[in-house]
Amino acid sequence: MLRIAPTVAVALLTVPIAVGLLAVLLPSFGYLPVIGGTELTFDPWRRLFAQPALAKSIVVSLTSGLFTTAVALAAVCLFIAGSSRTRIYSWFRRLISPLLSVPHAAAAFGFAFLVAPSGLLARTFSPWATGWERPPDILIVHDPWGLTMMVGLVAKEIPFLMLMCFAALPQIEPARRVTLARSLGYAPAAAWFKTVFPGLYPLIRLPVYAVIAYASSTVDVALILGPTNPPTVSVAVIRWLNDPDLSMRFMASAGAVLQLIITVAAIAIWWGLEVVVRILGRRWLENGDRSSLRGISPIWGAGFMALSAAAIFLGLSGLAISSLAGFWRFPEILPAAFTLRAWERSGPAIAETIWTSLLLGGIAAAVSLAVVTGALENEVRRHRRAGHTAMLLLYLPLIVPQTAFLLGMVFSIELAGVRPGFWPVVFSHIVFVLPYVYLSLSEPYRRLDPRWIQVALSLGTSPARAFWRVRLPLLMMPFLAAFAIGLAVSVGLYLPTLLIGAGRVATVTTEAVALSSGGDRRIIGVWALVQAFVPAFGFTIALLVPRFLWRNRRGMREIR
Amino acid sequence: MFTMLKNVLLALAAVIAVGSHALAELDPAKWSAVAEEARGQTVYWNAWAGESRINDYIAWAGREVEARYGFKVVHVKIGDTAEAVARVVGEKAAGNTAAGAVDMIWINGENFSSMKRNGLLFGPWAEALPNFALTDPDNNRGVREDFTVPVEGFEAPWGKAQIVLYYDAARLNAPPKSMTALLAWAKANPGRFAYPLPPDFLGSTFLKQALMELSPDREALYRPAEDAIYGRATAPLWAFLDQLHPNLWRGGMAFPGNSSGLRRLVADNEIDIGFSFHPAEASAAIANGELPDTVRTYILDGGTIGNVSFLAIPFNGTHKAGALILANFLLSPEAQAHKEDPATWGSSTVLAMNKLSSEQKALFDRLDLGKAALRPEELGAILPEPHPSWMERLEKDWAGRYSGR
Amino acid sequence: MTRLQMEAVRISMGGQTLVEIDEEVSPGEVLAIMGPSGAGKSTLLSYIAGFLDPAFDATGRILINDEDVTRKPAEARRIGLLFQDPLLFPHLSVAGNLMFGLTGRAGRRQRVAEALATMGLAGFADRDTATLSGGQKARVALLRTLLSEPNAMLLDEPFSKLDLSLRTEVRAFVLNRLRSSGLPTIFVTHDGGDAEAADRIVLIGTSCAKRGNPPCE
Repeated sequence: MLRIAPTVAVALLTVPIAVGLLAVLLPSFGYLPVIGGTELTFDPWRRLFAQPALAKSIVVSLTSGLFTTAVALAAVCLFIAGSSRTRIYSWFRRLISPLLSVPHAAAAFGFAFLVAPSGLLARTFSPWATGWERPPDILIVHDPWGLTMMVGLVAKEIPFLMLMCFAALPQIEPARRVTLARSLGYAPAAAWFKTVFPGLYPLIRLPVYAVIAYASSTVDVALILGPTNPPTVSVAVIRWLNDPDLSMRFMASAGAVLQLIITVAAIAIWWGLEVVVRILGRRWLENGDRSSLRGISPIWGAGFMALSAAAIFLGLSGLAISSLAGFWRFPEILPAAFTLRAWERSGPAIAETIWTSLLLGGIAAAVSLAVVTGALENEVRRHRRAGHTAMLLLYLPLIVPQTAFLLGMVFSIELAGVRPGFWPVVFSHIVFVLPYVYLSLSEPYRRLDPRWIQVALSLGTSPARAFWRVRLPLLMMPFLAAFAIGLAVSVGLYLPTLLIGAGRVATVTTEAVALSSGGDRRIIGVWALVQAFVPAFGFTIALLVPRFLWRNRRGMREIR
Repeated sequence: MFTMLKNVLLALAAVIAVGSHALAELDPAKWSAVAEEARGQTVYWNAWAGESRINDYIAWAGREVEARYGFKVVHVKIGDTAEAVARVVGEKAAGNTAAGAVDMIWINGENFSSMKRNGLLFGPWAEALPNFALTDPDNNRGVREDFTVPVEGFEAPWGKAQIVLYYDAARLNAPPKSMTALLAWAKANPGRFAYPLPPDFLGSTFLKQALMELSPDREALYRPAEDAIYGRATAPLWAFLDQLHPNLWRGGMAFPGNSSGLRRLVADNEIDIGFSFHPAEASAAIANGELPDTVRTYILDGGTIGNVSFLAIPFNGTHKAGALILANFLLSPEAQAHKEDPATWGSSTVLAMNKLSSEQKALFDRLDLGKAALRPEELGAILPEPHPSWMERLEKDWAGRYSGR
Repeated sequence: MTRLQMEAVRISMGGQTLVEIDEEVSPGEVLAIMGPSGAGKSTLLSYIAGFLDPAFDATGRILINDEDVTRKPAEARRIGLLFQDPLLFPHLSVAGNLMFGLTGRAGRRQRVAEALATMGLAGFADRDTATLSGGQKARVALLRTLLSEPNAMLLDEPFSKLDLSLRTEVRAFVLNRLRSSGLPTIFVTHDGGDAEAADRIVLIGTSCAKRGNPPCE
């Protein structure tokens, strides 16, 4: 029974994506019988390339993918190199979960309000420092080359890469390597980059590719921070999909395939850069130069981290203030009056959408957890570790652009006559939640001292009973953490809910992004805050339940 | 396995056959039967949701009909009416003729014309609604024509809109009252004017308004756009925009997304002039604390574009009875007065005052439109909307000229 | 009273032999297996207990009272395991731990209480395992295994984590208890003192008896 768990996991991950990609590839060449397209033709592609300013859209998507990743990776590496084993390090470690759980859209809203010319920063420093009585006419949010979008993305991707590094570092014993290098006379930063980074990078390669994919194909963050005229390719594709002129669907499909090509190209370029760095790097590694990188101080890394965390937290605070504001004139730093009106008016809608988000996320996370646990238990019992192919498959939903295969899934669902609604959305969420649940649970699962189970079995318990009575309680905290992460991922999903639910499934995220296109900043503030804190629900449970269950068990505080 | 599949398909076909037979019998004229049929249904009303005031109003309407008629309304929040149209189109293409996901759409203009042309609407039904007579259709062409396209009962009027402009009188003394004056003002005050990004409806309407003022032959705009006339008619518009864009907010490199985005820019003191389809919008925004109370509304000297927006029912709507009752309720004096109240929404009524009884009229008389709003007499000449084909071409050309600059 | 037999057991990896042993342990006999680190002592124990990692190849049979258990899963072999760490389940109380291996429905609490009393741990039933001293934990671990009524006992360097003062005492206590329960016991160690306490010593690769021939080096 357990044996099918890995197959189920792999199927859940790959089948929807394969089906989706196929179902979008054919229409991109004109084949969609449902609306009369029965011959293969290059026409949709011709129309696509005739779109004004397409080249700019492509460039923005491509560069944001690469730039965001490069900056985030550099920041993370500088931080680890410079601040390992300091208090800042452990302090930041603790911040990772909350930072990660803030959905991308909420972080983007906060960031938008923070950096806009009429936003929080401008108000704080005006008019005394800047002399502005009116907001300056500077294009920051929605700038045409997507720089603001990239910065916003960097702030959100740094915690993700940090988490992946934290998971990978223990496997390569960084402390020993650095100590050794330093004893040979290398400066701390050089020691780290020469001895630890080459070992670390292969372990985080897949997450890096995932960041490239997300940054080059995001829709919700692009809507909130990215250029509008022209928008990024993903945003344009979604607009074309919703056009009542059905023949636009062919072009939308071509656009989706184009997005896939862009993401693949970005990853390919990055891979090329890897090769270059590896070649040049080899010489650098062996050159014995003790003075290289001496100028890099820990301040840089720590500074980057502080800035990115501040961007998110300050952004959220700005949203909080906005949500309670009466009329807030520029350049006042605080609103003249506070009111609960925005919260009151949104109240009922908030309650309903929170419930939907939690139900949706809870089911998706629970199902994913069950499947992942089955797969991991199977792995452990048969002493077989998931191979490299399995890891690649796991990352598939994170690397294939959502725009591409979700479009195909929508077409397939229509074809199959399935009505859009709650359950198809749950299914689509599982596809994205499962990888995160697996990534979160696999290390603790495998690292659990195998002797616990050996003791249990030797005492005569069956493997199943040993799982329920020993492994599960010992891994209670990682299980709940994985659940909380799955819930957070589901809450933050925008495109799957929007497309597969056909507008009928209203979650906190879809509501927030729908209101983002203009509107009352106070309502946006309310919704963005709600969106940011719903995942906290899961983490609170993850923290409180073990504390309650094991209140008389001191030994459960540190489980190895 | 195949026998089971066949049985399921047969059962499904039977249900659909019975269902559509019943729906075909739905006759708006027999109103009490319709009301009975509607009981217990859930009407999925696809309506633009970019304004929380509108969303609140729709929620209110849902509560009212549930209390009075016993059926629920779900507001399917869409960012653009075209999304709902696309859904119906997709359903028709997939062969779904009786179980549509969309029961009612808030619609007008090119979306309506496209749906009517492609046989995507249920009807005619609108003129059979008990409250329809209150709009005095014989004396109000606007409720029978949608952007020059005859309605013929395929949609029911709901709200009236007219472009008004607003500004903060504390910051600006004499706002420009024509397009030419606007251009001069923008050159003198660069970065203080913006319009929403076409094809947003408000943004496209700005283009139309400018076109109507600047075009040599206004009559031609009420006929379908022909290549021969199009170039000459639109040349002044492009010349105008070419000069305006460098003086726009953000130098024309970014545009607000819709009317609420525009309003936010005024509130944040990023621009000085905003405009909207709802004469009472400024008042409502003041009441809501979004704009300072020194904001005032005005219209352009030559008159501004106005239109009526409607409610349509897709041909394959599942809950047509509920939709009909809902449309009739929304056309009632109570609902229309509640809508016009700036404290709720501030959207003008389509009802004709002279057709109302004195109690019904009182509902409107006692509304406080706020000091920022213009009284109905002050709204001046309404310019009817041009033929939809003009807007389609304008949007395409605008994208070609100004995207990505 | 059971007898444990390791018949022509040979464990290898990648063609290279790690452990080769052919021994029999009588009821109540304590056999010490010694060898340098990495020689495969723990691997042998895993094989006997039924946990051998598939990376290894193994031939030979394990017999308990002449019954071949080589193909049986670990939980069916009823072979008790004691590790260096007591590995008391932290989420269960002392009684919970003890009841874990206890079969039968009737009088579980009673039996646990009695067992605790025999170890000098009366009244410890509801204690949190984290509050016990090192010696107490070792006793509870032993008791837990004994309560599961095993056929044989395997100990993997069980005393190496105890400090010297405790070591002799606990070692004597444990081995005597095992002898008197009539269980064949194998323990793995690299400590000479531990080996002295055994009845017989086997060096991986060779066999020598402490009291008998051929003599050990």
